[in-house]
Amino acid sequence: MKYLGRRLIHAALLLIGVSFFSFALLQWAPGDFFDELQLNPRISARTVEALRVEYGLNQSLPVRYEHWLRSVAHGDLGFSLAYNSAVGPIIAVRARNTLVLTGAATLMAWLLGIPLGIWTATSGRGWANRILGVTTSTLLTIPDLLLFLCLLLLAVRTGWFPAGGMFSPSAEAAAFWPRAKDVFAHLFLPAFGLAVVSLPVLIRHVRSAMVDVLASPFLRAARGHGIPRMRVLFRYALPVAANPLISLFGFSVATMLSASLIAEVILSWPGLGPLLIEATLARDVYVVVATVLLSAVFLVFGNLLADLLLVAVDPRIRME
Amino acid sequence: MQRKYKFGVVIFLLVVVHAAILFAGFFAPYGYATQNRELPFAPPTELHFVDQAGKWHVRPFVYALADDSDNPGAYRTDLNTRYAMHFFVQGTPYKIAGIFASRVHLFGVSDPGRVFLMGTDEFGRDQFSRFLFGGQLSLLAGLLAAALSVSVGIVVGGIAGFYGGWVDDLLMRGGELFLALPWLYLLFAVRAALPLHVSQAQVLLLLVAVVGLIGWARPARLIRGVVLSAKERNSVLAARGFGASDAYLLRRHVLPEAYGVVLTQITLLIPQYILAEVTLTFLGLGVGEPMPSWGSLLASLQQYYVLSTYWWMFLPALLLIPLFLAYYSVADAVQERLKSVAL
Repeated sequence: MKYLGRRLIHAALLLIGVSFFSFALLQWAPGDFFDELQLNPRISARTVEALRVEYGLNQSLPVRYEHWLRSVAHGDLGFSLAYNSAVGPIIAVRARNTLVLTGAATLMAWLLGIPLGIWTATSGRGWANRILGVTTSTLLTIPDLLLFLCLLLLAVRTGWFPAGGMFSPSAEAAAFWPRAKDVFAHLFLPAFGLAVVSLPVLIRHVRSAMVDVLASPFLRAARGHGIPRMRVLFRYALPVAANPLISLFGFSVATMLSASLIAEVILSWPGLGPLLIEATLARDVYVVVATVLLSAVFLVFGNLLADLLLVAVDPRIRME
Repeated sequence: MQRKYKFGVVIFLLVVVHAAILFAGFFAPYGYATQNRELPFAPPTELHFVDQAGKWHVRPFVYALADDSDNPGAYRTDLNTRYAMHFFVQGTPYKIAGIFASRVHLFGVSDPGRVFLMGTDEFGRDQFSRFLFGGQLSLLAGLLAAALSVSVGIVVGGIAGFYGGWVDDLLMRGGELFLALPWLYLLFAVRAALPLHVSQAQVLLLLVAVVGLIGWARPARLIRGVVLSAKERNSVLAARGFGASDAYLLRRHVLPEAYGVVLTQITLLIPQYILAEVTLTFLGLGVGEPMPSWGSLLASLQQYYVLSTYWWMFLPALLLIPLFLAYYSVADAVQERLKSVAL
């Protein structure tokens, strides 16, 4: 418990650090949202200046950071100049969509990765194993960009999947189940792509964790007692091999989020990725800060979750 | 023996690719901005040795490309008009490494024929030439950024590991800030802080700085680990006893131990950083027209009709795979070798 408390404090400090770092970085940036207006001859320099004063862009960094922290406490997360509303509600929808996508992809990756990893660990040096090895190391070198472009091409050419987006226009007014089905149809392709991106690393880790465990004598004893092979692998060996995999889950949140940014942009999934790019191009600083902060929050929570799981799974860690 | 052989092939491939990109002007038949407005989205040109009459030619030739009257926007090959391929021909002037001016190209076909090994884009620019010229920027950005990241990593990791105490805490906590963010999000946050529209000359500098400066935390961590164990060695203690200064100790006794980590990190980071440039430019935050980079070659794929109609627009991305594979296998080989040395 003490350990978890320390982890929580550490996480909170880290988030404060990230927030200040990204805030300071973007305030120090040259140019702001109203720069575009200055180019318009019909808007006088005085109007632009007045707008800057109104939105508080002329104040000093600590003052603005304090304002911003206060708005974070309200759940507003700052004010989006492009959307002309608080950032919180805008970003909440996007964050939900990103979570749906990455959650589905993580689930898919682990459901595929664990059996495949166990299989490569147990099935000697056959040709099928070798093919899987070559496939995974090739997948590792395929740029994410190319993978998602190919998936989009597949969707556009075959028409089996909707080509991007999250809803069909007709599904907006539909009842819950048809709508869920519609979202699922849109979800499949990006989630599958993300799962493929994370599979090679996952399979390798499952494999090496299992190989270590499979050599231990208690498994031979279990086999000797006539316990079926599948049961030995999944109920006896896998829990022992779980620790490094749970830690891997914590780390993989970061790669998943990065890959998801590309997937969202190419397959136009309305998540945090497209919002971040839009905001970067429009110099909508508070949206950028909020998105970056949120990604850090996801990451920190992923790691915390992994720690909690470790405590739940491994009695040795509980004892410490 | 076989492994050695494979490693040789990989190194050879890398050398060839880098040389082709360094001497892009020579290997590319056209300039990167040379337009053929009447030939947009022309498919890759086929090289032939046998003509319609079944006669063999020593010199390869290409057929002329004509508009397909039945199928607007598409092309058909005009089998009656042949253009022979020539080597070491005079063409668009270029400069190698910005210094040596020349007009000689490795190959080209006689006018008014055109040879497009990888097809053309919407302005009829030769994708093969643009791929080679684009590599100059992408590869240079990747190499420099990797060098920058690892240099910062050496300095920070070296100092943190060597001095320990509060210096170590401060530097490593700072590094955690960089590791606490998903890498692409961090890339965008830093990119957002820099001017959107930059001149051609600044863009390389900007990419290198952005990509290189956010990636230092991981190499710094690894190098710190090596330094921590290296500084306890008896040789270091002895040197200190002889009155060696900290800077001398770090330079001569401690940091050389991190040599292997530095080498693997650089080879692993280069492909990752090339991809960073590709991603940024693809999303419109990197290199602008008419300068090509591997990212801007792919940017047109964001349009559905390009994506679904012109398969050769995927070629630049496909060519990155063997390149990355080569880098990764060099990293693997280095790691393997270090392991065998350590044992």
